[in-house]
Amino acid sequence: MTIASIILLLPLIAAIAILLFTRKRATLSAYVSVISAGVCFLLTLGLISGSGEAGSFTWLRVGGLELKIALEITGLTKGMILVVTAVGLLVHIFSLGYMKDDAAKARYFTGLSLFMFSMTGIVLADNFAMMFIFWELVGVSSYLLIGHWFQKNSAAEASKKAFLVNRIGDFGFMAGILLLWGATGEVSFSGLEQVLDRETFDPALLNWAMICIFCGAVGKSAQVPLHVWLPDAMEGPTPVSALIHAATMVAAGVFMLAKVTFLIIEAPVAASVIQHVGALTALVAALMATQQSDIKKILAYSTLSQLGYMVMAVGFAGFVHSGDVLGASASNAGFFHLYTHAFFKALLFLGAGAVIYACHHEQDIWKMGGLLRLMPVTAITFLIGTAALAGLPPLSGFWSKDAVMAAAQNNTLLLIVGAMTAFLTAFYMSRLCTIVFLGKARSQASGKATEVPLVMRLPLVILAAGAVLSGFKFAYGWFLNPDDLPHPHGALPLVLTVIGIAGILAGYMVYRGRDRDPIKVEVFARKFYIDEIYLCLVRLLQDGLAYLAKAVDQLLIDGLIVRGSARLTSGVGSLLRGLQGGNLQSHAFLFGLGIVVIIYLITITFK
Amino acid sequence: MSFIELIIIIPIVVAVAIGCGGPARVLSLLAAWANLIFGVVVFAVILFKGGDGMHFQSARVLLDNPELTLGFAVDGMSGVLVLLTVIVTFCAVSMSPENPGKGSGKLYYISLMLIAAGALGAFCATDLFFLYAFHEVALIPTFLMIGIYGHGREKVATAWKITIYLGVGSLILLGGFIALYVNLSPSGGLTFDISKLATAQGQDPLSAEVQKWIFLPLLVGFGILVSLFPFHSWAAPAYASAPAPVAMLHAGVLKKFGLYGILRVAIPLLPEGFEAWKGLLLVLLLGNILYVGFVTISQRYLDRMLGNSSVMHMGYIFLGIACCNSIGWGGAVLMMFAHGISIALLFALCGSLRERLDTLEFSRLGGLAGSMPFLAVAFGFAAFASIGLPGFANFASEITIFFAAFSGERGFGHLQIATILALWGVVISAVYMLRAYRKIFQGECIEQSQASDLVQAHRLPVVLMIVILLLTGFFPNIILNIIPNLFGAL
Repeated sequence: MTIASIILLLPLIAAIAILLFTRKRATLSAYVSVISAGVCFLLTLGLISGSGEAGSFTWLRVGGLELKIALEITGLTKGMILVVTAVGLLVHIFSLGYMKDDAAKARYFTGLSLFMFSMTGIVLADNFAMMFIFWELVGVSSYLLIGHWFQKNSAAEASKKAFLVNRIGDFGFMAGILLLWGATGEVSFSGLEQVLDRETFDPALLNWAMICIFCGAVGKSAQVPLHVWLPDAMEGPTPVSALIHAATMVAAGVFMLAKVTFLIIEAPVAASVIQHVGALTALVAALMATQQSDIKKILAYSTLSQLGYMVMAVGFAGFVHSGDVLGASASNAGFFHLYTHAFFKALLFLGAGAVIYACHHEQDIWKMGGLLRLMPVTAITFLIGTAALAGLPPLSGFWSKDAVMAAAQNNTLLLIVGAMTAFLTAFYMSRLCTIVFLGKARSQASGKATEVPLVMRLPLVILAAGAVLSGFKFAYGWFLNPDDLPHPHGALPLVLTVIGIAGILAGYMVYRGRDRDPIKVEVFARKFYIDEIYLCLVRLLQDGLAYLAKAVDQLLIDGLIVRGSARLTSGVGSLLRGLQGGNLQSHAFLFGLGIVVIIYLITITFK
Repeated sequence: MSFIELIIIIPIVVAVAIGCGGPARVLSLLAAWANLIFGVVVFAVILFKGGDGMHFQSARVLLDNPELTLGFAVDGMSGVLVLLTVIVTFCAVSMSPENPGKGSGKLYYISLMLIAAGALGAFCATDLFFLYAFHEVALIPTFLMIGIYGHGREKVATAWKITIYLGVGSLILLGGFIALYVNLSPSGGLTFDISKLATAQGQDPLSAEVQKWIFLPLLVGFGILVSLFPFHSWAAPAYASAPAPVAMLHAGVLKKFGLYGILRVAIPLLPEGFEAWKGLLLVLLLGNILYVGFVTISQRYLDRMLGNSSVMHMGYIFLGIACCNSIGWGGAVLMMFAHGISIALLFALCGSLRERLDTLEFSRLGGLAGSMPFLAVAFGFAAFASIGLPGFANFASEITIFFAAFSGERGFGHLQIATILALWGVVISAVYMLRAYRKIFQGECIEQSQASDLVQAHRLPVVLMIVILLLTGFFPNIILNIIPNLFGAL
């Protein structure tokens, strides 16, 4: 047993233990889950400080196919595993408070542990097959947790939607894996890298394979056009949104892309697709965020937008500028943003959770207000998170956004898109903070809000520290060499800072003292009508096709061909009408017997 | 008497004993327990000795010319299917009602026993004649069960429909068998012995043209039995009308006979015939996966939806077979096992729901997880197994089949295109399964919220099936290791 494999298996064991033994005792179940998360975090500290054996197990072997559950520990893995276990542990602790009185606490913590297992599997995977396995498993744990309150129709629908939209992405992911396997006979990342070094392949094939694989990231990391599930996923409990739908699982797509940088470099067309999808997501989602009034939805669109940044940056790995491929430094920038974003976005979500908890499950920002005075710790940590997200120096978001924009600096169009997004980000976050924390209470619940208990405050403070510090070299240098990040030209950091401050000021000026939104842009508020369009498409294409197929099935195949030919057989029709159950047995037996007799007769004749 | 003969004879003896007035349910349960244990022993022995060879051989010569032998033997493929049969039989008998409605229930349990015996005999027979005859023994009781103990107003018509449909299928198959045995038998004398026919094929193969035209009736005949598109329309109404244990046994076990026959008889004896029709098979199996997939989405009743979903999944097994390599065939056999258990589990749960509810129409159900937590969790496991979630055997088999299609010679041909299209089926099955789960168990309670949860006695078989799916999903090599290299043997 290596450390890495214990980190992988411990949460699974916790989930099974709760399911089998302690599910009737909710509090005990919660502690089982929290302790396993704590031990995993401690083991992670051990793992990242040493080199450590990884471990491997042959899961499936048949013919020439061998699929392994094999672990791989690289710099990227170390950074990601720390994010997963650290944020995971804090969310577990926060949940002790947030879910204290939930009727299905045991099921909730089983889901969390199952998620930790699945997510760790993605991070440690050394090959595509294993990654796909855990990729699907995070999908199901996300399904279970979004649908935690499945008695609510909206939660049940949201969990289903999340799973199905992800499956569409996974369809492409699997196709891409198969294309690569067909061409190279390899599924392991290191093996693929070697083969690509050694042999040359049809660039069209590599581009198609990479685009297909990217589909997996589009689903999991909620990029346009498969972004629609993430805002709905906010139906889940807020700590879940913080862990799964902000810090870790949705970032898995970016992590995966960063892991296959070597492939993106070889597939320039796919790289260009990735850049543009990322940039489009960043901008579109930021525009949508400016017009939402549900505190979690705003953060959800913000997450989409930031994921768009990361994806765009990773896409620049295949960007050719004056003959040189930008390469790994670009995907390092994307991953760096993933790393810092995990801390400040988890902070913001947990902060939102604290606000919601204090306001008795009110999520509408227009019914809050003046919370800075009533919940100072929550408010100040939330403001720190906001500043980090807006990219103000010297907070973590500043450094990583700098790196992302530096990756894009030779592509004017995407650079401008990125800058616009940066402004919008600062603007909508400032809008949110101004409405929620400043001014006066807009409802009774928010007027009587009190600071949340220690188990919830503590994670906020720790994450705030992460949001401040994680962009400094000492906090990431141990897994990512700062020299391997793209370096911004001249005034770029300064310009970004100015944009961030301008956005914050604009948001503050517009929304100070308002009780209603002075800006109304229906198309942003209605999310560009994309959900409606998809609903139409599903009705038209899928359900339409389904009913068409059913009609054909009943009329043609069953009706005409089968029944028709049955009627043709003389006598059968009258048998059908005349016979009842009792006669059926004797006829069926005779029928069978007849067949046996026929065979026997034939054998005899041929004798 | 060999061990295999023993596990075939036990249910037959029990069926006779019930007919003579023995306690039906008790005897059947005993037989099911005994066979479960013996079946596991058989599997373990094959696992230990290796799946490539033939084990537990027995032969009783009945006729010299033509040579007709009541012979049994199991290799790894038969072993997997024997294991599947004993597990599903055990669960089906356990889930059967104490008093199955009409009459004394004697016929009910006799039928179950005969289905089990027939399936075991067919999977172990070494002789073409008995392979066919045992399958008929298993098939006929299913017609009776639907006609007598089935559900719905149209049960008798449905019973007749599948009697005629599958009867025609069997006859076409029989025609193919006779042509095969007449043409392929060595000059020394006619024989039904599959291994002797295989030897003859190796030494003195039939011409490609003859193979082609003998393979066609085998493909159609087996295809009808497996509900290969477009011969699938009998399946959904039959499973919707059938009592749960019969749906479990038929969809779980008996339907695999056609696939077994293709791998055991049709392809080894007519390899060039298979080559000739492979393109057609690719089109038909896409019909199963995509076309029937859409039909499944449009279903409004749980039982019909499950019936169609089981038809749909046959497409993947055919895809594995069409890959024509040892990976694909290994995946196909693994999927026969995985699908057999998972569909039996689904039909078991569907039957339990039917007992408790007035209707299985989705629009009139909702929020049942509150009043039936065990059923809800079990159905969740079954649904996720069925849509191929990693951790369940179904996923292991699907991914094996998909990888198989891209193994072997590098290139992008019809098989690869068909596989990419077939991948979309993974989305389709998630759509209908999660929709169903959402409608039945989640959301607000619509009515019937007072219905009771699964009784304790029925939980054992349900848990057993879930555990087996998980076990073989986590460790698929348990099954894959004993599947012989069928392709290499050609």
